[in-house]
Amino acid sequence: MEYDAIICFETHVELKTETKLFCGCRVAYDIPPNTEICPVCTGQPGALPVLNKKAVAYAIRAGVALDCTINQRSRFARKNYFYPDLPKGYQISQYELPFCENGHLEITGDDGKPYPVGIKRIHLEEDAGKLVHSSDSFDDADYSLVDYNRSSVPLLEIVGDHERNPLRSIQEARVYLEKLRQILRYIGISDCKMEKGQLRCDVNLSIRPKGATTFNNRTEVKNMSSFRFMMEALEYEMNRQAEILESGGRIEQETLLFDEMKRVTLPMRSKEDAPDYRYFPDPDLLEVNLDDTFIADIKSALPELPHQRVKKIMDAYDIPREDALILTKDKDISDYFTACVLHCQDPKRLSHWIIKEVFRLLKEASAAIKECPIDPENCAELVNLVSQGKVTASIGREILDDMFKTGEHPNAIIDKKGLKPIQDEDQLETLLDGVMNENPKVVSQIKEGNLKPIDFLVGQVMRKSKGKANPKSVIKLIHRKLNP
Amino acid sequence: MELCDRNAMDLAGMLRRGEVSSREITESVFKRIDEREASINAFITTTREIALKQADLADEKFSKGGDLPLLTGIPVAVKDVLCTKGIKTTCGSKILENFVPTYNATAFQKLQDAGAVIVGKANMDEFAMGSSTENSIAGPTRNPNDITKVAGGSSGGSAAAVSSGESILALGTDTGGSIRQPCAFCGVTGIKPTYGRVSRYGLIAYASSLDQIGAIGKTVSDCAMMLDVISGHDPLDTTSSQVEKPDFLKALSKGIDGVRIGIPQEFFAEGLDPKIKEKVLDAVTLLEKNGAQVISINLPHSPFAIGAYYLIATAEASSNLARFDGVKYGYRKSEDDGDCLAMYHKTRTTGFGTEVKRRIMLGTYVLSAGYYDAYYLKAQKARAMIKKDFDEAFREVDCIMTPVSPCLPFALGEKMTDPLQMYLVDIYTVSLNLAGLPGMSLPCGTIDGLPVGLQIIGKPFDEGMVLRAGAAYEQLVEKQI
Repeated sequence: MEYDAIICFETHVELKTETKLFCGCRVAYDIPPNTEICPVCTGQPGALPVLNKKAVAYAIRAGVALDCTINQRSRFARKNYFYPDLPKGYQISQYELPFCENGHLEITGDDGKPYPVGIKRIHLEEDAGKLVHSSDSFDDADYSLVDYNRSSVPLLEIVGDHERNPLRSIQEARVYLEKLRQILRYIGISDCKMEKGQLRCDVNLSIRPKGATTFNNRTEVKNMSSFRFMMEALEYEMNRQAEILESGGRIEQETLLFDEMKRVTLPMRSKEDAPDYRYFPDPDLLEVNLDDTFIADIKSALPELPHQRVKKIMDAYDIPREDALILTKDKDISDYFTACVLHCQDPKRLSHWIIKEVFRLLKEASAAIKECPIDPENCAELVNLVSQGKVTASIGREILDDMFKTGEHPNAIIDKKGLKPIQDEDQLETLLDGVMNENPKVVSQIKEGNLKPIDFLVGQVMRKSKGKANPKSVIKLIHRKLNP
Repeated sequence: MELCDRNAMDLAGMLRRGEVSSREITESVFKRIDEREASINAFITTTREIALKQADLADEKFSKGGDLPLLTGIPVAVKDVLCTKGIKTTCGSKILENFVPTYNATAFQKLQDAGAVIVGKANMDEFAMGSSTENSIAGPTRNPNDITKVAGGSSGGSAAAVSSGESILALGTDTGGSIRQPCAFCGVTGIKPTYGRVSRYGLIAYASSLDQIGAIGKTVSDCAMMLDVISGHDPLDTTSSQVEKPDFLKALSKGIDGVRIGIPQEFFAEGLDPKIKEKVLDAVTLLEKNGAQVISINLPHSPFAIGAYYLIATAEASSNLARFDGVKYGYRKSEDDGDCLAMYHKTRTTGFGTEVKRRIMLGTYVLSAGYYDAYYLKAQKARAMIKKDFDEAFREVDCIMTPVSPCLPFALGEKMTDPLQMYLVDIYTVSLNLAGLPGMSLPCGTIDGLPVGLQIIGKPFDEGMVLRAGAAYEQLVEKQI
């Protein structure tokens, strides 16, 4: 039997604010344990939280980018549970009145049509610390140590909507998550590195026979640390549920963990064991009242989103959609292109050069575009030189390689390496004469009206000139001399 | 009269005139501690060495002259619920028996900055839960007026220290009456300011939306002088108010003429000791004779105050006290074979006292799924109505006067077996915490040698009026004598 999936994400995103959500400690990775801690983020008796305004602005920015309703009145709640990485015995989160509600994220569905995936709410909460066990698991460990550097780092939780346009397939789930990550990076609120735990997902999944309108119970899968594991977990879980349904069974509503070693989902707790978090408004924090200006300022300062850039690149520069998508996939690339195009007379050629040549150089050096030593203005200038026929494409590539190594201006490299094209017609003629003398057969073919071998002659001249001859001028010269 | 029996304002004058040194005052206080502490037990920790050093430092400042804060060189006791850097802070609990904070509570820091001398950490009911200072790991504090009686609570140590001369001033905290009631029992003066007036940073929370730090002294002006120092917005406590702080001492001399005093009928009804009623009404009459206008008012939702208080306070407490888990600081009880969960169980079962565990359980229940609306939300609604009662009353009156406690100081152990009886002791004080209002307790006579307290309630952030009415009463009583 074929099944439809109903998939919904709860995504946790670590915000890249300077400081933590409720204290002045820095948000930092790869630092010695317990070096960015204070009375507040270690839950010392009597310490009180003070809200980080920047984190609120980031939450609102996400809400605006995902078309949410922004709640002008919002508040924090305590989620009560015991765990050694949770220093206060409760997590400050949001329950009633989150910052953002009822948004959507448009993806291209499996059917090729635009599909606005529902987003139920976006709220702000604090991260927990990190446990380091003396063995692989908490249960077998002789002892465990706690590192509170991560405690109270701001987390944004983006919750999908079961009832309003949930994801319908594993493929759509992948597209959604990639798009979400792309947007969050574009608006600059998180680096979303999954391997660093900056983007974490729990996923809800239920299935039903194709075309059915009733719902089966859903399961929640936790603990997937990469895109690949997430796809595997969804695949596994979908098959598991299908097998149960086909053998006449019933899906239990439960929380599962994905075991990365065994590549299976394993039960963590059933609905009956679901913890009662005893949410209640945190009396240590006042209700947050956002004024119109605060929200309006965030709206007006929102960076261009990927789909807006795609459209702009296609419309303004007449660049095909596939290329526009490549140029906007990553915000840094898109920023690089935008910086170049300002100085470039030939955007189409620029797009081609970035996608083909700059990417090649970056790949060879395993570098990110942010580390690209080629100044965007210089890159544009090189493309201009090629467009104007001042250098040939192959010389252009040579110059670009050098620019990548030295960061120099293309003209400086041309001067340094003597790559100035041969402008002098006499010089060109001498070269051509030499080639014609070496290839009398070809010359006579051309004279007889066979134009095909002209390319061969041009190629020979190019080789002799080390690419400095202008192929167009060479062709012109051949025509004049041989008059075919 | 010994130095330690004088009030802070007198001592501040003597210090300025060079008649006495801070060291002499401090030594006088510690001499009293040596004499009486064994029977009163006002302190969990005394800090004699630190105090003498601070006193010498104050004397040095005086010798150089210049304009010094009034509190310079004055001994102060600090309730053991406030974090004091490097000085053990137990909250009267086994679970924090060896806890030494790494930072100072803002209110304490302000006292330090003003040059006050710290005498020690005052005894209290464990985590400020109690009305008699009998729920303490350090044993009960006894009433200096009669050591067979309780000192009241939870700031019993602070009130008893000031009453006995074991300190000149004290910091207390008040969540449901914990400053006012022990002050009434011990015969001293104490003010719980408006919620938000004093930073709660470093106050080990019992019920965050109700807790407030306040001042205890022998006189109204002593309280005003201390409140002046500890008040004000603190960037470390978002719930501390931005409302500007007036000069509280200036408010004292304005007299009582024309002040409208509200007498809420509900606070003088069944359950009140008739002798206390008489004393409180005598005080009101004295003020009326001297120009105050007395108006009978109603606070119709008062009967819901105790219920709402114990639902909200315990709910917040159940969450606030979750951090005491044996992981990071304080007491830990675990066995080698036990897992983490077992450590939690053992630590919390043996680390908390009976009353604290009772309130954690009650609060956990109040917040549980399915009960939240019926208990927590309903209590919040009652709270809103109680506040509205006060708002309406304050349209007609400038302050409200009531008894502090329905009963006189009771015998040690008398109410320990009946928690509900103990809870009812707070009947006249809790509604102020629910409404966030300022309130003061000041002595208005004695019955069989036991002090009676008069409660003066003000509008939000109008501590000025509370202090003014209190000071006027104090002066009238002095004149009578």
